[in-house]
Amino acid sequence: MQSATTPGKAPAAVSSDKPAPQPSKGKPQVKVPSVTIRFAGDSGDGMQLAGTQFTDTSAIVGNDISTLPDFPAEIRAPAGTLAGVSGYQIQFSSTDIYTPGDDVDVLVAMNPAALRSNLHLVRKGGMIIANEDAFTANDLRKAGYETNPLEDATLSGYRLIKVPINRLNSEAVKGIGLSAKQVDRCKNFFALGLVYWLYDRPLEPTLRYIQEKFGKKLPAVAEANAATLKAGYHFGETTELIAQQYHVDKARLMPGTYRKITGNEAVVVAMVAALKLAGKEIFYASYPITPASDILHGLAELKNFGVITFQAEDEICAMGAAIGAAFGGALAATGTSGPGVALKSEAMGLAVMTELPVVVINVQRGGPSTGLPTKTEQADLFQAVFGRNGECPVPVLAAASPSDCFWATLEAFILATKYMTPVLLLSDGYIANGAEPWMIPDVASLPKIEIRHPTKPNDPAGFMPYKRDERLVRPWALPGTPGLEHRIGGLEKEDVTGRVSYDAANHQRMVRLRQDKVAGIQPVGQPLIWTGAEKGDVLLVSWGGTYGAVKAATLEMQAQGMKVSACHLRYLNPLPAGLAERFREFQHVIVAELNLGQLRTILRAHTLIDIKGINKVKGQPFSISEIVEGVRQALDGADGAAWAGGAK
Amino acid sequence: MSTATTPPLAILKPQDYGSDQEVRWCPGCGDYSILMQMKKVLAKLGVDRSKTVFISGIGCSSRFPYYMSTYGFHSIHGRAPTLATGLKLARPDLNVWIVTGDGDGLSIGGNHLMHIIRRNVDVKILLFNNRIYGLTKGQYSPTSEHGKKTKSSPMGAPDMPVRPISIAIAAEASFAARAVDVDVKHLEYVLERAARHVGTAFVEIYQNCNIFNDGAFEYATGKDTKSDTTVYLEHGKPLVFGKNRDKGIRLHGLSPEIVKLSEVRPDDLLIHDEKAPDTALAFLLSRMSYPDFPEPMGVFRDVEQNRYVDLVRGQIRQAIEKQGPGDLAALLRGSDTWTVK
Repeated sequence: MQSATTPGKAPAAVSSDKPAPQPSKGKPQVKVPSVTIRFAGDSGDGMQLAGTQFTDTSAIVGNDISTLPDFPAEIRAPAGTLAGVSGYQIQFSSTDIYTPGDDVDVLVAMNPAALRSNLHLVRKGGMIIANEDAFTANDLRKAGYETNPLEDATLSGYRLIKVPINRLNSEAVKGIGLSAKQVDRCKNFFALGLVYWLYDRPLEPTLRYIQEKFGKKLPAVAEANAATLKAGYHFGETTELIAQQYHVDKARLMPGTYRKITGNEAVVVAMVAALKLAGKEIFYASYPITPASDILHGLAELKNFGVITFQAEDEICAMGAAIGAAFGGALAATGTSGPGVALKSEAMGLAVMTELPVVVINVQRGGPSTGLPTKTEQADLFQAVFGRNGECPVPVLAAASPSDCFWATLEAFILATKYMTPVLLLSDGYIANGAEPWMIPDVASLPKIEIRHPTKPNDPAGFMPYKRDERLVRPWALPGTPGLEHRIGGLEKEDVTGRVSYDAANHQRMVRLRQDKVAGIQPVGQPLIWTGAEKGDVLLVSWGGTYGAVKAATLEMQAQGMKVSACHLRYLNPLPAGLAERFREFQHVIVAELNLGQLRTILRAHTLIDIKGINKVKGQPFSISEIVEGVRQALDGADGAAWAGGAK
Repeated sequence: MSTATTPPLAILKPQDYGSDQEVRWCPGCGDYSILMQMKKVLAKLGVDRSKTVFISGIGCSSRFPYYMSTYGFHSIHGRAPTLATGLKLARPDLNVWIVTGDGDGLSIGGNHLMHIIRRNVDVKILLFNNRIYGLTKGQYSPTSEHGKKTKSSPMGAPDMPVRPISIAIAAEASFAARAVDVDVKHLEYVLERAARHVGTAFVEIYQNCNIFNDGAFEYATGKDTKSDTTVYLEHGKPLVFGKNRDKGIRLHGLSPEIVKLSEVRPDDLLIHDEKAPDTALAFLLSRMSYPDFPEPMGVFRDVEQNRYVDLVRGQIRQAIEKQGPGDLAALLRGSDTWTVK
């Protein structure tokens, strides 16, 4: 995390005249273990693209990476305003990292609003690369600056690099024949080129991207973007403003072949893997919703794998269609966010009642109601576990990280089909859009998904749709099978025969059977991830996307000599076995979660232990220091739910 | 999908399409007749029970699947079209029927009804219209007359009613028809036409609820009144009605008008064209309502349109032809990789 100390003014190197960019030999290079960069600009400035490109390149050169795209819900808020600022943060490192970084080492600020809304994230002494052309009187006013922060003392504690990006970009693309608007849209690549130079990254991956994206259709745009990217790089080489380059070595990751993956991408490839492993088609029904839509987009591109995507008229239809497809024998799934789950809830109850396998993915965002569509939160756990009418048990899994979305999705399909039940998979905006390296698994090593459909009646008296096996699972008989014609539905069914039944004793038996079936689910992956000793002073408990920050905080506190362990739960219903016993080995158990204490409440009921909480609902993931501070406060006796970490 | 080889179909009788479940509609309910005609049609067409699925929502009509010996799914209120769409996309080989009512299909499920019709998903939709909520014991429905006094509208329903066929036509239905429960021959004919239609077929069936809204369609079924209050549509034939078949419908500008045959030339009459590519005629017919006009019975529209499942499946085939069947290992690798030794 500690990046370079502020360098003194070294004599500026003189660069030769514009060769193709090579790793610059002209200026001294300083090795740093890890760096956190934040690109920030107007939502039309292409900051997400610049950040993604930087991430891809850093992954390819072998760093560990963790990212945090942070953008507004408005597609184009008024230009230059604080509401319109879009940011993309990435930490890249030569060591294992678990978060996108607490403190920003380098902020690229494309306008005053971007500077104002992100400056508090930059560490003291950190570098600010500001597009000075955008610091006009008008834009300063829109950002609420009375005087120009590039000229007054605002940034005195930072290393300010003022770059006339608009002008340099215009010059770089002069003569290519673009409109003024098109020229302006290239400037993110100038900034990217400069940062590539600063951190000694190759340009080739981004040049390749530009060629693939624009080369055929818009050759002039491709030429301009490539030119300004190189110009930004050369500017770094030649400018006297920056005296040295920094270098982050390859990370020492486990041997293997890696790629970069986001949580939503991991869900997509896992669904296709599930289809192949089960030898079935996959049916994905969805209604567009932030931050889950990329799953639909990704799957829609993979029709040649036998993926059927269905953009439904609403969330309810998406759930109903998935149930219909499951009844027909497809691997069925629907993806959404919390408001969508609310709409699907009645139909999820139908899937529980009819015991059909459907995977429901909730990419959580800030709530309640429409809430904070583009920001992350973990406040849908109660909804996932309890949010349906009647006694309505649904297995709940939560992915721990972007790459874990792959494994959790695969597990969700295995559980759904093995136990004939809907399964809720929780992701969140942070891991769905965040990226990290993923060691690519060998296809042969992936678990097979064994599915059997009966072809003959299971009873001398005929086919009994609710006759269960030893795991209490009913048969998945498919329409089209002669002799197995049967009727299912939302009304209570008679045990074994599946006839409509209002019998009191039968209802109690069926409620128990459904509950016992889910309670008896055996995990197919890791139900929890443990870090540290089995005994100690503090056990930090986490679930979902808080895994990284909690793990990093735990390691940091261990390094300080504290007896801290971490228990990350991947299975939230049913909970992993033996939690109470393991929790009792610690003086304090603290749940860190991005809500007001939902898992904490569940675990207190489950273990009867006085568990404390570290809680935050700011639409942002935990930083490592917030967890460390939260542990300190909890040890001082603060109550988690009241503390609401960072409420200050 | 089924791995079992299908044995040659035995000749099934109507009763073979019934399940062993006791039918629990009120004695005298119009639903009995619809159930009977449905079984007759399936027997007549020699439909494979194992390849047939009845899907319903909630309401009296939605108990229908339990009384059939086919596959069945009694889903939740208004959502039958959603399950049917998913099932049909996953299993184009199945014959999928939806049974719904005026509350289930037009109120809570109105959104889905529009979309399954416009997509032309190739399912058959039977909307039992009794103009009342029966299962919840007598509240007004979206098809109840304006001002109707019910338990929930003691001073008269303030809502304006919708016309189910108008909704279907507005949603570009490739097939829309109307029948009435007690005219069993005609009902059977309409159900058979729906079964034979390639695409989504929408059938409104006037169905008497003898408990909560008895006689709602008396005007259209009474021996003395029905020939004046209904007009039976026949493709290519003029719209003629009346006890003595002495009245007809003529177009006056964009509006229909009732004329006496004795006072007009035969070719002045409106000729029914269920194949008309434009929906204007079908929509116009759907708006002819008692007491101003005789209400049309029969097939309003029957045209061929692209079917949703074919289009979706076609895209998958096209993608495979163009890109080849997907390679999982390549997908897992993605576009850029690096190796740590």
